[in-house]
Amino acid sequence: MARHTPFHDRTSVLNTTQLWSHWAGYLSAQRYQLSEKFEYFAVRNSAGMFDTSPLYKYRIRGRDAEQFLGGLLTRDIRKCRPGQAQYTIWCDDDGFVIEDGVVIRQSETDFLLSAAEPNLAYFQDRIGRLQVTIDDISDEVAALALQGPKSKEILSRLSPEIESLRYFETVETKIGGAPVTVSRTGFTGDQGYEIWVENDDALTLWDAVSDASAGYGVLPFGEIALLMTRIEAGLLLIDVDFSSSRYAWTDADRSTPLELGLGWMLRTIDDDGRPFIGRQAIRRELAAGSRWNMTGLLIDWKDWFNLYDRNGLVPPKDHLPGAYESILYDEAAEPVGYATSLMYSPMVQRHIAIARVLPELSTPGHHVNLEVTINHKWQQVKATTTRMPFYNPPHKTA
Amino acid sequence: MATDRTYDAIIVGGGHNGLVNGAYLAKAGLKTLVIERRHLVGGAAITEELYPGFSFTTFSYALSLLRPDIIHELELVKYGFKPLLMESTFAPMEDGNYLLLGQDHQANIAEIRRHSKHDADAYDQYSHDVNRVCRAIKPLLDNVPPDITSRDPEELVRMASLAQHMRDLEPRVLHNAIRLLTGSAADFLDDYFESEILKATLSSSGIIGTKVGPRSQGSGLVLLYHYMGEHDGDQSSWAFHKGGNGGFTQVLARAFEGFGGEISLESPVASVITSNGKATGVALEDGTEFSADIVVSALDPRRTFLELVDPRELPSDLVENINRFRFQGTSAKVNFALDGLPKFPALGDRSDQFRGFTNIAPSLDYLERAFDDAKYGWYSQRPYVDACFQSTVDPDMAPPGKHVMSGFIQYAPYHLKGSDWETEREKFGDTVQAVLESHFPGFGDLVLHREIVTPLDIERVVGLSEGNIFGGEFLAPQMFFFRPAPGWNQYRTPIEGYYQCGSGTHPGGCVMGAPGKLAASQILKDAKP
Repeated sequence: MARHTPFHDRTSVLNTTQLWSHWAGYLSAQRYQLSEKFEYFAVRNSAGMFDTSPLYKYRIRGRDAEQFLGGLLTRDIRKCRPGQAQYTIWCDDDGFVIEDGVVIRQSETDFLLSAAEPNLAYFQDRIGRLQVTIDDISDEVAALALQGPKSKEILSRLSPEIESLRYFETVETKIGGAPVTVSRTGFTGDQGYEIWVENDDALTLWDAVSDASAGYGVLPFGEIALLMTRIEAGLLLIDVDFSSSRYAWTDADRSTPLELGLGWMLRTIDDDGRPFIGRQAIRRELAAGSRWNMTGLLIDWKDWFNLYDRNGLVPPKDHLPGAYESILYDEAAEPVGYATSLMYSPMVQRHIAIARVLPELSTPGHHVNLEVTINHKWQQVKATTTRMPFYNPPHKTA
Repeated sequence: MATDRTYDAIIVGGGHNGLVNGAYLAKAGLKTLVIERRHLVGGAAITEELYPGFSFTTFSYALSLLRPDIIHELELVKYGFKPLLMESTFAPMEDGNYLLLGQDHQANIAEIRRHSKHDADAYDQYSHDVNRVCRAIKPLLDNVPPDITSRDPEELVRMASLAQHMRDLEPRVLHNAIRLLTGSAADFLDDYFESEILKATLSSSGIIGTKVGPRSQGSGLVLLYHYMGEHDGDQSSWAFHKGGNGGFTQVLARAFEGFGGEISLESPVASVITSNGKATGVALEDGTEFSADIVVSALDPRRTFLELVDPRELPSDLVENINRFRFQGTSAKVNFALDGLPKFPALGDRSDQFRGFTNIAPSLDYLERAFDDAKYGWYSQRPYVDACFQSTVDPDMAPPGKHVMSGFIQYAPYHLKGSDWETEREKFGDTVQAVLESHFPGFGDLVLHREIVTPLDIERVVGLSEGNIFGGEFLAPQMFFFRPAPGWNQYRTPIEGYYQCGSGTHPGGCVMGAPGKLAASQILKDAKP
């Protein structure tokens, strides 16, 4: 039976729809209101509260913690100073991505790593002789995200230190008397924070944030609104945009960091002082080239309209992310890639997609045709490659 | 502003259509100037801080009919276009019950079943039927209409393709279109529904801005017009632009300037300068003159033909048609700054019902009686109120915890029999507030500030003749072929180089932008060597 997160006493009352999904064994609200889109707009225009407690959380500590993570994680953890956080990935020996996550460095020797999937055995098996302990604190620590342009103003009222927190910085502070770790991170591509708190203090935190939000139009938001914001933010989702290499059956279903557009994480790859899992394979890929590159796609609004109109239909503008892949073709009808996340973006006012294309097509401005099914026929709509994020408001990092 | 006062094109009036028109012309490379009488652009689509900390959409207050082409062609997203969702329609009833329709279809069906199980089923059929009519009619909004008076081969082809378009429609769709375009909203709704509250709620969009009751022929056309609105493709769903419609027109102004256009504020225009039947420029009231071969009036037809130019330069037929073009504004606004959200007794402490439109129209009889008052020259004693607590959608409209309410009121005829608006202003405000108080007990205690906007205010401040919010009535004899007059429905005027692009031209009012865009297409076509 699915368990309740430490915020459930509040979220269960607020979830007027009683629509829940199961996430990592917990009940997670799909939406709280009858309109998930209204929640989405709360995030984009005010702020939204999201219960992100089901994330797996690992406390990694010890004299050799930096060395351990340096060898495990693809992105150079040495660049992450105490009080900072890093979005990172970890790869297998063949240079394929296992998963992504966010690591918070609380001190020289203390790290908090969060991820969507369990990794404890995989991590522990790689400690070897190093002096490191890994504690799975997933069930002891709750996490509350406050995301949106009003988030800084609201949280600063609870803890003035938050005001000066920069993008991907973290601070240990108190909210409502409860000790918390606040990181300026999130999955919405907006200004936003994630607050980590011991279970026993979870409701204190929720109530404090909720009280401080009163009058700002803040709403709790569920998974559907989160998925909308993360696509606009160009943020990848495991099992949607890529699969864990640990559980993929074929290499076709695996992805490398370069193929996921994460080449920017590899700036120190030539530094021999940090051997990490997958490094040699990734270096070979850097020399030989990749199968795919990640890109954003902007769907041609006029072509979308005309295509449906010609078929006697009103063109849908569905903000719900599609649960399927769409194949991309070039003008010669040859397959040149695939889109993994497709939705109508209220911020961009057109359909957008996260996609993988042949490397030569991945720079902005290339034309591809995206396959859609209309009237039970495969048809194609024009799209253009573009940089992500699709929505990148100045207040995200300001 | 440049000291050189020569432009390729000058637009008189910085309302949303003037800005759209200007943006298209500037984008096409024309050196374009928009001249605005007031200290801000936007016309009737403005947002003002009329009470400290509270932003009011003084006049126009929601967005839905804006043509999607304009959003993209003018790159409005780049300039800050941000339409927020208005989630629901809340219709309180006089017996304390209510109807609340939102974004969840199944929840809507369950809600309608509370009132009528029959109507819950009929609702889907109604939506489907009207949606199909919308799809059939919408292309007419996006194209220059044919000139019915012309024997020009090009016009005959356009007439033929229009006839072909209608012939291609399924008979049921065509018939429904005619029923809506010619009949009353009440008759159309009676054919589907039995629930008074549902009929009244749906019919209220058939009277907005127009001097008709729900049982008047012609209200079907107004209903259809509003139903064609959309938010992100959701038919008949409405948006609230970030910062109100003033936020939207500021986006348009930035786009216009981004394409190289210039705006001259606080510059009341005295007249369009003509020479030998051609427009040559514009003269301001202070005597300043600007010259351009293209002059576009974004004002209503009365001002375009009878005030900006000398009607004696125009054909008598046209002058007569414009003289009898009906304005007869019949809408008002009463906007409030509130200390908090009101309470609706049946919903206790809930307030989520206010995140969209609050439609006070409890029955068809209520609306028809409200219209009766107007027919005989008075404002409604129990008026129709379309209230939007906009700070629930955009919290930046009011201080935290406080709210603004835009109240659209009908009926409030421009001409009052035996009195005038200056005399009646406060009494009218009290009448409206009494209706709100009767549905939301304690409403009056929340009021921090009240802003009454009569049809006379609309005329004086915005410049819309007789305060008609659509730049002229939405009546069949004033639409399409005849907007604003037969033979002059293609944005041109008898004066060469002088054009019209306001809401008094096809397809009409609402923050749609289509007149501005279509006029620009005509101007650019004519300008081609």
